[in-house]
Amino acid sequence: MCQDCGCSLTDHSNLHTNPQLNDTKTLSVIHKILDKNDHEAQHNRQHFEANKVTAFNLMSSPGSGKTTLLEHLHKYLPKKYAVIEGDLETSRDADRLIAKGIEAYQVQTGSACHLDAFMVHQALHHIDLKPIDVCFVENVGNLVCPASYDVGTHHNIVLLSVPEGDDKIEKYPVMFRRADLVLITKMDLVEHFNFSLVECRKQLEKLNPNVTLMPVSVKDQQSITAVAQWILKHQEEL
Amino acid sequence: MHEYSIVMSLLEQIEQLAKDNQATSIVRVDIKVGVLSGVEPDLLQRAFDTFKLETICKSAFLNIKLQPLIIKCRQCDKETTLEQRNVICPLCMSHNTQVVEGEEMMLMQLEMNT
Repeated sequence: MCQDCGCSLTDHSNLHTNPQLNDTKTLSVIHKILDKNDHEAQHNRQHFEANKVTAFNLMSSPGSGKTTLLEHLHKYLPKKYAVIEGDLETSRDADRLIAKGIEAYQVQTGSACHLDAFMVHQALHHIDLKPIDVCFVENVGNLVCPASYDVGTHHNIVLLSVPEGDDKIEKYPVMFRRADLVLITKMDLVEHFNFSLVECRKQLEKLNPNVTLMPVSVKDQQSITAVAQWILKHQEEL
Repeated sequence: MHEYSIVMSLLEQIEQLAKDNQATSIVRVDIKVGVLSGVEPDLLQRAFDTFKLETICKSAFLNIKLQPLIIKCRQCDKETTLEQRNVICPLCMSHNTQVVEGEEMMLMQLEMNT
């Protein structure tokens, strides 16, 4: 029997046009809002793994040295890597890397402030993963939005340059909480700024106790060797 | 401003759920936003009110529950709700903790007319 009006018709839902007889239904869902992105991210990860590639997501504010690090790293890392570059406009970053003999593909996001798993998937169509061991995703320069999106990489590397200030960890907690490795870049400038590594450590300890912190400068070969070793260690884990 | 992208994903998800349940309109959308999820509830609200107009949610009310950070300590085994954005156990000061709540964005409930 129909529960709305008590008639004997079992199925007459299309007859219920009277708004007073409309059913209000509450549906409990419990669904991740970024479920589709996360699903695509998982797909990207499987694609990397099928090709024995470890992927790292590089995030930081604009100008803290992501591209510079990638330009130098190939001299220290005994593995072949490719880079997916994300920027709002231009292919300058990819051009810089290609000029150094590093395979790079530029994603232009237009006005989007972050890369998502779908954009990385698109970029993967342009990169041959077979000959490489490591893939870096250089995210759009931004300490906020990229933190909310899993792009399908295995580890997150977050860079903070000395001129930006040691207060940024506390100011952008979501980003620094997501990091597996935090690089303090442009350490060669530290004497010109009121920047404290102790303060960085203190803030990271509260937010992300298991993270590795490394002070680096491309002018200090030892520091980049340490980054290369960290990557190598995490690359072998796969 | 990635709240726009997040609202688009939310609306897309609701459209699908509405279709699956033969809904004619959506009355209320309940979401849960963690304090460490990386989105700003006010901006999310504004983005929702702007972009809902073209969708089945055009007269829906967005109800945002701000989820505080809850950690479980692996040392003393206690669960605590934290006011500050850190993950240290306030009871035993251990750093060996696990975040239970406060980092995710979830769609929880939909009230719909069918």
